[in-house]
Amino acid sequence: MSLLDRELAGVVMTPDNIRTKKLSLVANLGVAVAAFVIAAAVVLGFGIGNWVLIVVLGWVFYLVGLLYAAGRVEGRRAARNRAWKSLIYSACILAILPLASVVWTLVSKGVGRLDGDFFGTSMNNIGARDQNGGAYHAIIGTLEQVGIAALIAVPLGVLGAIYLVEYGRGKFAGTVRFFVDVMTGIPSIVAGLFVLSFWVLIVSPWFNDGNPRFSGFAASLALSVLMLPTIVRSTEEMLRLVPGPLREGAYALGVPQWKTILKIVVPTALPGIVTGVMLAIARAAGETAPVLLVAGGAAAINFDPFNGNQSSLALFVYQQAGDASKYAPARAWTAALTLVAIVLVLTIAAKMLARRNSLTR
Amino acid sequence: MGDYPSSSTNATAGGSGVTGRHARSAGTGVSPSSYEPPIGGGDGLPKKARFSMESGFRGLSTAAGAMVLVIIVAIAIFLISKAVPALRADTVNFLSYKQWFPNDADPKFGIAALAFGTVLSSVIALIVAVPIALGIALFLSHYAPKRLANPLGFVIDLLAAVPSVVFGLWGRDVFLEPVRDFSVWLNHYFSWLPIFGGDGPFGRSILLGSLVLAIMVLPIVTSLSREVFQQTPGMNEEAALALGATKWEMIRTAVLPYGKPGVIAAVMLGLGRALGETIALALTLGTVFSISFNVIENGGNSIAANIANTFGEANATGRGALIASGLVLFAITLVVNMAARAIIYRRREFRDSAA
Amino acid sequence: MAKRIEASNVSSYYGSFKAIDSISMTVEPKTITALIGPSGCGKSTFLRSINRMHEVLPNARIEGRLTIDEQNIYDPDVDVTAVRRLIGMVFQRPNPFPTMSIYENVVAGLKLNGVKKKSALDDAAEQSLKSANLWNEVKDRLNRPGAGLSGGQQQRLCIARTIAVEPQVVLMDEPCSALDPISTLAIEDLMFKLKDRFTIIIVTHNMQQAARVSDKTGFFSIDKTGDPGRLIEYDDTQKIFSNPTQKKTEDYITGRFG
Repeated sequence: MSLLDRELAGVVMTPDNIRTKKLSLVANLGVAVAAFVIAAAVVLGFGIGNWVLIVVLGWVFYLVGLLYAAGRVEGRRAARNRAWKSLIYSACILAILPLASVVWTLVSKGVGRLDGDFFGTSMNNIGARDQNGGAYHAIIGTLEQVGIAALIAVPLGVLGAIYLVEYGRGKFAGTVRFFVDVMTGIPSIVAGLFVLSFWVLIVSPWFNDGNPRFSGFAASLALSVLMLPTIVRSTEEMLRLVPGPLREGAYALGVPQWKTILKIVVPTALPGIVTGVMLAIARAAGETAPVLLVAGGAAAINFDPFNGNQSSLALFVYQQAGDASKYAPARAWTAALTLVAIVLVLTIAAKMLARRNSLTR
Repeated sequence: MGDYPSSSTNATAGGSGVTGRHARSAGTGVSPSSYEPPIGGGDGLPKKARFSMESGFRGLSTAAGAMVLVIIVAIAIFLISKAVPALRADTVNFLSYKQWFPNDADPKFGIAALAFGTVLSSVIALIVAVPIALGIALFLSHYAPKRLANPLGFVIDLLAAVPSVVFGLWGRDVFLEPVRDFSVWLNHYFSWLPIFGGDGPFGRSILLGSLVLAIMVLPIVTSLSREVFQQTPGMNEEAALALGATKWEMIRTAVLPYGKPGVIAAVMLGLGRALGETIALALTLGTVFSISFNVIENGGNSIAANIANTFGEANATGRGALIASGLVLFAITLVVNMAARAIIYRRREFRDSAA
Repeated sequence: MAKRIEASNVSSYYGSFKAIDSISMTVEPKTITALIGPSGCGKSTFLRSINRMHEVLPNARIEGRLTIDEQNIYDPDVDVTAVRRLIGMVFQRPNPFPTMSIYENVVAGLKLNGVKKKSALDDAAEQSLKSANLWNEVKDRLNRPGAGLSGGQQQRLCIARTIAVEPQVVLMDEPCSALDPISTLAIEDLMFKLKDRFTIIIVTHNMQQAARVSDKTGFFSIDKTGDPGRLIEYDDTQKIFSNPTQKKTEDYITGRFG
């Protein structure tokens, strides 16, 4: 009757063929049971693996069996739809397993050294056979380094974003924007090497009788290089959300542009800017490599970020992980738990703040 | 400005017009709309000051914007300046030599094995992570009920913030065991495949490092892909459904083609992350300087992991050598990131012009 | 091949919100039926219930009976994708797939249904585009993006895409509301032409359009915001526009015309 009928029977619908059989739940379960029984028989029969292989193989058999059974009952398209849905759900389960394991290990191993000693002492004079020792010095280091990094990166980043939104026009602004995005992807170790070759090896000898010197400040410099693009990007997005009429209103009153920006635009966008800054700080606090390269790490407490080696929580985790002492892993895990707690609290707080932000809603 | 979604463009359109006028009035020297309240009585409009707060602030913020370019250029310059002396001292070909002895009297070091290990581990990580990440992204954007998708998406974003040293520690202390068992099993039944060959020991291998990397880039790729999938216009999804498409066919017809450039960019950004990852690989790889496709035997190394591992005992030439290797890493990640960004920018233009 | 649609006591819900309340009407084959009424009166919801597109929204459900040639499309063993192939739909805003060419857009539905033969796809594309009065305008640029066409052309492209899978009923949800008068006229001409092959139900805000194109007209209304929409009157278009039996219908129609 029609072109399609000649080509492929069943493509053109009539009211009489809109009904379809559905694969019943019983059949579905039957396929599942059969799949796992076959898998178990194959694995145990040939002795080629343990229960993990049975589960994996059973799952594969189940998907194949389901595709076949559904294909017979419901038709090819419905079966394919079902198969993809199963695959997508499988991907989720597969990903949740290791991530749950990370969280579980972190908590179960991390609580071991969660005591006052850990937060009150350093690793000074702690030998391989001492089971105490703590991360006090590392926490100090993290706070100072991240704090100074924020002091450098926040004004620079916010000003840079102001340039991009309020002043930047034409090719140069486009270039800056592009490289801000590219800079987001610079590996942290490269930032560390940059500060190593620039600050530690070239600049710091001027202040230290010609000898290069590690310092917490150098780590701050590296962290600020990593924070800068994130802050510029998030601030830029927030400033763009400030409604144009708000600016025009100020201009119409004869307020100069710089005052409009500082008194009206930035305060309006402030909650969003703070969110971005907090996320950047959270990321910087977790960086290990740059601190390793330019602050060197230390066992003792060093409050002075400009003089001498400093540690940080992330570096503490790394160094304890590499320590041969049998008490080191416990310290590493507790420090890791502390670090994750700090990072997550910052991240969650930032996201909460973003939810309450009236500009983004 | 054209790079940005039209909504934000509109928000700044008013601002840009005003800025344009400022720029012109600065040129003529006389300001038609004064920034200061008129002081004088009938002496006409006040002259624009030559060095006002306005130009000062503008200069300051322009300098801050330019700082980004300065930093990128400075990274290249300083890395090169420290790398060149070490490369001069190198007695073998830096690009093709596989070993790393920069601290010896006649330094011998080359990037070949390290670069190979970096690329191999990252590529395996992406091959594992990307399909799973896309599956989760589709689950979150199109399959899961909203009540489940929102918190789950939030958790994924949080996982992207977990420091890499934690994943490295987990990989070494927990994940090593199952991966070793798996490697032994693979070796037992599939040793006829070169990648699963060898006589052991197994475990601290490219496989372990890559899987840990995969778990780390998974949240990033998921989160970015989910965003682009969610942006698929609802009316295109409805159009597909109204043609009688099943859910999967709707995704294949409307969602995936629309999200393709965004997904490619997300994968490239994940690749950039994986290439530069340091600590997780330093803790999990077996640090062997060789070029081998065997993924289960102890071994593997990467540029970044090698820097973290050997930095402690490096002398001046050793540091220079590490900086030289960092320069190579910088170049690789720069290319990958620039390609990713170029794709995103092109897509934005496409989307804006279609809208 | 066009079929009779019967709705009896159809009510539709979004969660706990009742959008339409026991609608009953019969649509004869190869006619054009217009659904008119104020905004939010449930006419689009009713239209989307006819090919089960309302289910796309979460928590949407329906009560009552909707049959096409005596087959209840809400029976549990009915394949929803088959219903949508049987009852095609054109949307308010033209929505060609932005990543596809004109040609790919037209044959998208056929490809989904497993038609692979190039010659068959070519024939179907040409036929559908001709039926949609678009062939002459696009035959030289079939491989250009569909999004590059004008709004009216895009809408005709969407109609071509819908009729390419050879449905029996075509639902149109305010198909001209985003178009200029000339494009609107072109779509209206097209509807007259398609009437020979399809049963057409169109939702429109434009009463002149309803009067021009339709054979029968249904007037929907709500009492106040939050109440479910009801079918106030359903009759021959002529009668509705000249001599409505219900006071509400008359108010609505004269209010707009007067």
